[in-house]
Amino acid sequence: MSIQEFVAPHSLSEAKGFLSDGAAASVLAGGTDLLVGVRLGTRNPERVVDLKKIPELTAISIDAEAVHIGAAASAFSILHDSDVPSFFPGFAEALDLIGSTQIQGRCSAGGNLCNASPAADSIPALIANGAQCLITGPAGDHQMPVEDFVVGPSKNALKEGELLVALILPRPSPQTADAYLRLTPRTEMDIAVAGVGVSLTLDENATCTAARVSIGAVAPTALLVEAAGAALVGTQLDAAAIEAAVAAARQSACPISDKRGTSEYRTHVVGVLVARAIAQAQARIVEAVS
Amino acid sequence: MNAYQEFSIIGSRPVRPDGLDKVTGRARYGADLNMQGQIYGHIVRSPHAHAIIESIDTSQALATEGVLAVMTGADLPEPGDSVLGGGEGAIALKDLSPMVMSQGKVLFHSQAVAAVAATSPELAAQAAALIEVSYQVLPAVTDMHEALGADAPILHADRFPDGFPEEPTNLAAHISLEVGEPDAAFERADVVIEQTYSVPMCHQGYIEPHACVARVDAAGQVDLWCSTQGHFMVAQYTAALTGIDVGKVKVTASEIGGGFGGKTTVYLEPLAVVLAQKSGRPVKMIMDRGDVFRVTGPAPGAQTRVKLGATQDGQLVAADVECVMDSGAYSGNPASFPAFMATACYKLTDARSTGRAVYTNKPKIHAYRAPSVPQVTLGFELAMTELAAELGMDPLAFRLKNAVEEGDVNMMGAPYNRIGLRECLEVASNHAHYKAPVAEGEGRGVAAGYWINAGLQSSATLNVLSDGHLSILTGSPDIGGSRASMALMAAEVLGIPFEHIHPQIAATDAVGHCDVTGGSRTTLATGQAVIQAAEQCVAEMCRRAAAEWKVEVGVVTWSQGAAHYGEQSLTFEALARRAGTMGGPLTFSSSLTASSAAPSFGVHICDAKVDKETGRTTITRYTTIQDAGKAIHPAYVEGQMQGGAAQGIGWALNEEYLYDENGVLQNAGFLDYRIPVASDLPFIDTVIVEVPNPLHPFGVKGVGEVPIVPPMPAVAEAVYQSAGVRLRDMPLNPPKIVAALQEQ
Repeated sequence: MSIQEFVAPHSLSEAKGFLSDGAAASVLAGGTDLLVGVRLGTRNPERVVDLKKIPELTAISIDAEAVHIGAAASAFSILHDSDVPSFFPGFAEALDLIGSTQIQGRCSAGGNLCNASPAADSIPALIANGAQCLITGPAGDHQMPVEDFVVGPSKNALKEGELLVALILPRPSPQTADAYLRLTPRTEMDIAVAGVGVSLTLDENATCTAARVSIGAVAPTALLVEAAGAALVGTQLDAAAIEAAVAAARQSACPISDKRGTSEYRTHVVGVLVARAIAQAQARIVEAVS
Repeated sequence: MNAYQEFSIIGSRPVRPDGLDKVTGRARYGADLNMQGQIYGHIVRSPHAHAIIESIDTSQALATEGVLAVMTGADLPEPGDSVLGGGEGAIALKDLSPMVMSQGKVLFHSQAVAAVAATSPELAAQAAALIEVSYQVLPAVTDMHEALGADAPILHADRFPDGFPEEPTNLAAHISLEVGEPDAAFERADVVIEQTYSVPMCHQGYIEPHACVARVDAAGQVDLWCSTQGHFMVAQYTAALTGIDVGKVKVTASEIGGGFGGKTTVYLEPLAVVLAQKSGRPVKMIMDRGDVFRVTGPAPGAQTRVKLGATQDGQLVAADVECVMDSGAYSGNPASFPAFMATACYKLTDARSTGRAVYTNKPKIHAYRAPSVPQVTLGFELAMTELAAELGMDPLAFRLKNAVEEGDVNMMGAPYNRIGLRECLEVASNHAHYKAPVAEGEGRGVAAGYWINAGLQSSATLNVLSDGHLSILTGSPDIGGSRASMALMAAEVLGIPFEHIHPQIAATDAVGHCDVTGGSRTTLATGQAVIQAAEQCVAEMCRRAAAEWKVEVGVVTWSQGAAHYGEQSLTFEALARRAGTMGGPLTFSSSLTASSAAPSFGVHICDAKVDKETGRTTITRYTTIQDAGKAIHPAYVEGQMQGGAAQGIGWALNEEYLYDENGVLQNAGFLDYRIPVASDLPFIDTVIVEVPNPLHPFGVKGVGEVPIVPPMPAVAEAVYQSAGVRLRDMPLNPPKIVAALQEQ
């Protein structure tokens, strides 16, 4: 371990200073990836910048337009101290699949995104919900869709000195619901062999007016499968539409074979999960409006 | 006939004496002891799975500030041909020493080649990286079938098991047993089935990694603390491996966070002792989780071909079992147990059983709960179920028709004493679980299992304290609640309250020899030493009471914790308080080589549901039925039954060592080596059957190992019944099930 300096700034401007003076800095939210990486020798920061004392980074707020989740807010606080689960049950279930209760007390949705694992559970759920990343840096603030934020395994789009401040999820209508399903051999304490996030909007005739389908752990990054969403829009989610969405997801998948599953299995099972996640999201809308 | 027929406290469920310390975090495990002035050891490990070490340059590491000692394999004595007895079995030093540190040749990835001791763990790790090892890399073979191929790299050019074969091969051992005339007997069979089954290499998965701290004083006396299933074994092995006289090695066992057979050997301890000798400072060593998977002895992978024949009315007439076991890089002799025990549940007068063990470039295998028997039982029991189906018989009825009973002789040649397999099968047949209809979409499997159980050497010392309490010292590490069992057995004999008894695990210099806590032997054998010492205590207290009352000792009786004669009585507490004036301190010791061991049998019932789209299996209901002889503390018997079932279910569904083409383990951690978590399992129901062991005063039989024997075939059959595809190669993970369904 070669950490030379630990700082815990109280403001974004102070934090930006620590990230832009040339030191090899890593930000720390829950540390559930960073500290493991330091112990394994795969991460080697000189300076660790703890973000949890910066109010904007742990705040969760909901207004008429959107839900704002501070990038360092813990999974536990999102799940248990906010109304986020009632708006996005699928995203909440994705967070609730990460690690154990103890891990969820530390880990953050922002950290899960920045860590950029191909198998991260919360990323397909964020993509399905059309989430945006609020980024601050030397050049000021800007926003970017989550599907563009992860650029490769363990690689995100943050530039030198930039910091993920918050995740912004458009507030869903009562006719909209999401779902997230993953396949792991174990029930918990495991990593996705495949993951699927779906968000659907149905009109009063049960016709799908908007759909986003995202798949995880079957490509170097979680993918937004636009063709799968397009296959659903305008339909009543009949078998043919779902089959088309499943085929589109399998078409987009380009998984590797490794200790967690073969390429063939992952391609197969991501389709199974797409069909099941569509059905679950649809059932949520039907239940909410009935 | 058992010496004790009626029990007052045996069979009750008091809180274990060590429980409070364990749940409040006060109990001290292997890594919890620090010695004053200690430094930290770090091991240099081979990046290759098969290589010749050309040179090791330690000069840069040794020159580093804060580095106090460096060692290589050259600091350990040449193993030669000496053999150590080690409780569950003998082991050649040449198979043990290289598992601690290589001398000249590396036979598996991450094998230890050198070690450093420095003033901090970080510094030791940095210095270890400065040790330069030059290797001549050789091709590696990790698949046992490939290892037997003609062009496979040979691991040991100098080994010819029993003089066979004539040219060096990777055959580590072979065994062939036969009773009657199996080939002729198959002619009498109406139905014959023959199938091949396999199990991959798996790890015990104990939660606590290996850890120790060693000090060597100026007189050369070694003081060693470690997590182990047997500290007398640690003293013996460490002495032999370092060349130190065993009398100079004192070992204290820490609390132990699981072992399952995996802690019946040494890995770090001899290295810590050598580094402590060289540095003059206590040396602490802790193995990380990845190395626990990479370098400690897992259970052997196995392939078993089973051929069974039966008559139309369900009489087994012949069996032919052929087992190939993966020994890893050195001889762990995994083939004998399965050869001897494959057929042990059934009456078979005509049977053949052969075993071969094979060297591969993987860590030497080691004991895992009923060593090697779950692997062969997968084949034998699943074949029994497949044969029952062909005969159109209920699988339990088929087993009951052929089950062994008292007087039957198995492949080991000795007749069974009073055993409980038939009782277990009858309980299973009548159990609510077995009588319940199988739920829609689910499947059900049953299987039986056998384990021989060990006796071996044990000792106990009882010290009567002046307030009427009792201290029990044994040398058997408490891995499954044995302190509670020892206290219950002493309380039963003495008639004093359980809470007044304080069992302790004493160091090697404070109590008589005890073999390892293994072979399901501790409650039986160490318990028997406790019973004998307690009986001595009763006899002495009666003698003192008789002297006090001036009567013959023969007329004094002992009951309810007191000596009695007529209206007079003297309690245990009164005799304890007055010991100083009635004959002196009351201390009793007993040592024995237990000849009372008796085998255990168990029967498991498993319901499972396979999601045919994803291939995931959910175990929906599970029941274990087992003959315990006499359950001393039923809660800990049930705990053993549930724990064994949980481990067996994990083995059936997801556990598997995965090596790449270079012999590097790909899943060296609990994230990708998937033992089941609590939510993966249903409540595991237990039924304790009690058929007392006639050789033991309380009727005890070992209980710890047999529960891991039946799960694999029970789960595999339940999966088949649910999914509709027959899989005979473990683990039954989702990709394998989906692939099989797609092929169908």
